[in-house]
Amino acid sequence: MTDTLPYIRPKYIGQSIQRLEDSRLLTGRGRYTADRKVPRMAHLAFVRSDQAYARICNIDTEEAKVLTGVIGVFTASDFAHIPDITAPSKMLNYHATFCPVLARDFVRYVGEPVVAILAVNRYVAEDAAALIEVDYDPRDVAVTARAASDPTAPRLHDSLESNTVCSRQFLAGDCATAIDAAAHVVSGQFSMTRKTSVSIEPRAYVAEYESDKDMLTLHSATNIPGIVRDEIGRLLGLRGNKFRVVTADVGGSFGGKGSLYPEEVIVCDLAWRLERSVKYVSDRMEDIIASSQAFGEEVEATLAFDENGHFIALKADILGDIGAYSIYPWTAALEPVQVASFMPGPYRIPHYSATVRGVCTPKPPTGPYRGVGRPMAVLALERLVDKAASTLGLSPTDIRRRNLIKADEFPHRIGSGIIWNRSGFHECLTAAEDAVALTALQAERADRTEKWVGIGFASYAELTGIGSRIAVAPGMPMNTGAETATIRIDATGAISAVFAISSHGQSLETTLAQIVAEELGVLPEDVNVIQGDTSLTPHGTGTYASRSAVIGGGVAVNATRALLVKVKRVAATLFGVKPSDIQTGNGNIFVPNTNYSIDFPEIARVVYSDMSTLPQEARVTLEVQETYDPIFGTTTSATHVAIVEIDPETLYIKLRRLFVAEDCGRLINPLVVDGQVHGGVAQGIGAALLEDLKFDDAGQPITATLADYRVPTSAEVPDLEVVHIEAELPDNPGGFRGMGEGGTIGAPAAIANAVTDALSHLGIEVNALPITPSKLHALIALRQDEIDRSNE
Amino acid sequence: MNGMTHVTVTINNERHDVKVEPRMLAADFLRDELGLTGTHVGCEHGVCGACTILLNGASVRSCLLLAIQLDGAEIQTVEGLGGVREMHRIQAAFREHHALQCGFCTPGFLMTVHDILGRLPLRSDEEIRDALSGNICRCTGYDHIVKAVRSLVTERDKVTNQ
Ligand code: FES
Ligand code: FES
Repeated sequence: MTDTLPYIRPKYIGQSIQRLEDSRLLTGRGRYTADRKVPRMAHLAFVRSDQAYARICNIDTEEAKVLTGVIGVFTASDFAHIPDITAPSKMLNYHATFCPVLARDFVRYVGEPVVAILAVNRYVAEDAAALIEVDYDPRDVAVTARAASDPTAPRLHDSLESNTVCSRQFLAGDCATAIDAAAHVVSGQFSMTRKTSVSIEPRAYVAEYESDKDMLTLHSATNIPGIVRDEIGRLLGLRGNKFRVVTADVGGSFGGKGSLYPEEVIVCDLAWRLERSVKYVSDRMEDIIASSQAFGEEVEATLAFDENGHFIALKADILGDIGAYSIYPWTAALEPVQVASFMPGPYRIPHYSATVRGVCTPKPPTGPYRGVGRPMAVLALERLVDKAASTLGLSPTDIRRRNLIKADEFPHRIGSGIIWNRSGFHECLTAAEDAVALTALQAERADRTEKWVGIGFASYAELTGIGSRIAVAPGMPMNTGAETATIRIDATGAISAVFAISSHGQSLETTLAQIVAEELGVLPEDVNVIQGDTSLTPHGTGTYASRSAVIGGGVAVNATRALLVKVKRVAATLFGVKPSDIQTGNGNIFVPNTNYSIDFPEIARVVYSDMSTLPQEARVTLEVQETYDPIFGTTTSATHVAIVEIDPETLYIKLRRLFVAEDCGRLINPLVVDGQVHGGVAQGIGAALLEDLKFDDAGQPITATLADYRVPTSAEVPDLEVVHIEAELPDNPGGFRGMGEGGTIGAPAAIANAVTDALSHLGIEVNALPITPSKLHALIALRQDEIDRSNE
Repeated sequence: MNGMTHVTVTINNERHDVKVEPRMLAADFLRDELGLTGTHVGCEHGVCGACTILLNGASVRSCLLLAIQLDGAEIQTVEGLGGVREMHRIQAAFREHHALQCGFCTPGFLMTVHDILGRLPLRSDEEIRDALSGNICRCTGYDHIVKAVRSLVTERDKVTNQ
């Protein structure tokens, strides 16, 4: 066969295909956990601690127990057979905490579950909860991380020597000497308050007991079904044949549903013991005060540079407020250590030193939240970069360009040990600079009468799709680097693709189908993506840490390619040609420029049902299972630009524009990628301008409703502009980089820089987020005080 | 326990005669009693808008209403818009513009959009953003939702201007 035209298989990767999950989600036919209803299902409610730190003296459950409709009332002693939840780590200077599923002897944060009530419906369960009296003997508390880090502070866990549960140092080069010798130095104190995820679906769990098999299925609003299966299984002594975890539709997580929670252990234990299905759906207040929280760090940092603005050394001291317990499985080290790991950013900084401490406070545990550590790291560093620029009179883009790692310098190891691979560091900055038309803005910036206008940049890099060589959280003894997929063609010719990763809004049903379809030569809608059921896969951890496109997408590529080899071999036998002559596309298997062609139902029939066409040894099952582990990770980078205007009278901070230039490698579905960036940016806007979990001096949360904990609405988010750069594809099966978190990483720093720029005529810097009109007012008053005092 | 109260209500063109506890929330009534789980509960304190339904054509929050307050009313929930195979235009526009990710806020947005499309001029994006600001979406950053509504407004105005 000469003279043949090269055959080009239809491409689905890179197409903005409409989502396959949408038809059910748009018509109210989604399958969220709270929607489940099974016969004799019992409902759980909790009495939660109203004290930050106290000894439990007495719990009176008598009245509640006899209320009609109450099935049982349970306290810590009823769960004595369940080991405490504890997160191990191989990290040095790490001290694990032990969290009983219901508070035992002590409560350590407001919201900690103390009593569990099981009743015929939620209304009765809550009636009973209101009848329970808990007597507490309050203990002294150190509410802030600063206070709790003092060696004389009251200790939250008597079993620990101090409240500092983890600490670590990073050292590269000779930072102290380099700083002393440097021509210029800028320093600052930076902080971000605690945040909460606010997935619109609150946490929900239904443990269904199946008496026919004496088996338990936990339907869970979690993004780590595999981890939950493994750990609850361990705690309750149940293996996969008796216990599975299913996540059908999950209404967002952003990290808040990405840890193991006492409530889901209790739901399972009660259902297993009582041989009866048990449901728990948290309300919003419970979700805010008793889900993992985020950020909550203070950073003191110094950046040294030469007269040309080249960075020389960076020093950081990080204090993390990790809450009452070290969360499973990520540990208390996840958030604060990640700040130090990413602090050097995308720049050449030869000398680096950092110290990190994570300190227990009487607040909910911190856990993963979109961005993890990096929003804080980027805020501190990018503020310092802007300060360095203004010291030398350089533009924000000039100083970044001088220090960003260049294309020929990759791979580059930063001071914390992370290795950046080629990614569009410079390309993103240039795209951002071009997009905002700086010159036009200058006049507006200069005129400070009507509005104070400011512009801010933030460049960053992150590691995504992390393989087994790197622990997602430091020292965590768990392989989060591998994913398995099974792709099969059944006897009807239908294709199903089974993954252990699950989706909570990431569109994986569509994007994974696009990958399988393109690689196999079928239409995306012909691929049934099955995910979120631990009984269908041997192992898998979940969707978090911007890993699913890289690792899940990667294993989809590898597995489908292996399946295609099988398909071609069968077709080659059938047509009497070489496997390499076979092509596939649009659901057909054929030899180009011949009339040899069959479709997938036909090849399935020949393989599975037809006993005469193929010799017996050629009738192989059209199924492949593959595992993929990227070993290391891939580098994603971006530059964000924010333009703000401040009303001098009301001090209202209006975000006028937010522009993102990012390099996430090959886009699987541009519309989906845009959506991920938008959502991340909106959360970054929230972190910068609105969201603030506040606690009073006694450790009482005072922002426990959505009216008090304000997340961005459509009125606070501007039109978002996103440009995708594809500098060079990473060396992994699909050429994908992870990007689900980036929006939250860059936007806060860009906004802090923009607000600082808008206030430049007042000499005020915004180093703590969120910045709100009232905080701005305080900063201005403080500055005025300083001026007045220096004039005296 | 308090006695039960009789409620007669038409939901998605179907008439229901039921007895409910006077304290039962409308959202729980729809979801748990009638199995209409498309109406979601995100906060139970009237802020997120996930529970939005149409009561006699106007958008209301079913977490702030009692089931007995639905007596005599015409209710529309997301299940009454369009089916999986044949969606309502609003649903189709959300799909075309990728205006949903996890989908949990979506039924509330769809009902709100249904209401505002019939009631407000929505001439600028700012007006659209204002009209949508009672519904929280944590996934999309609103950009694609605004685009979807913009396309629906354009479609609507083309028809009415002809
Ligand atoms: S659930 Fe009704 S407004 Fe949030
Ligand atoms: S799509 Fe998830 S909250 Fe809106």
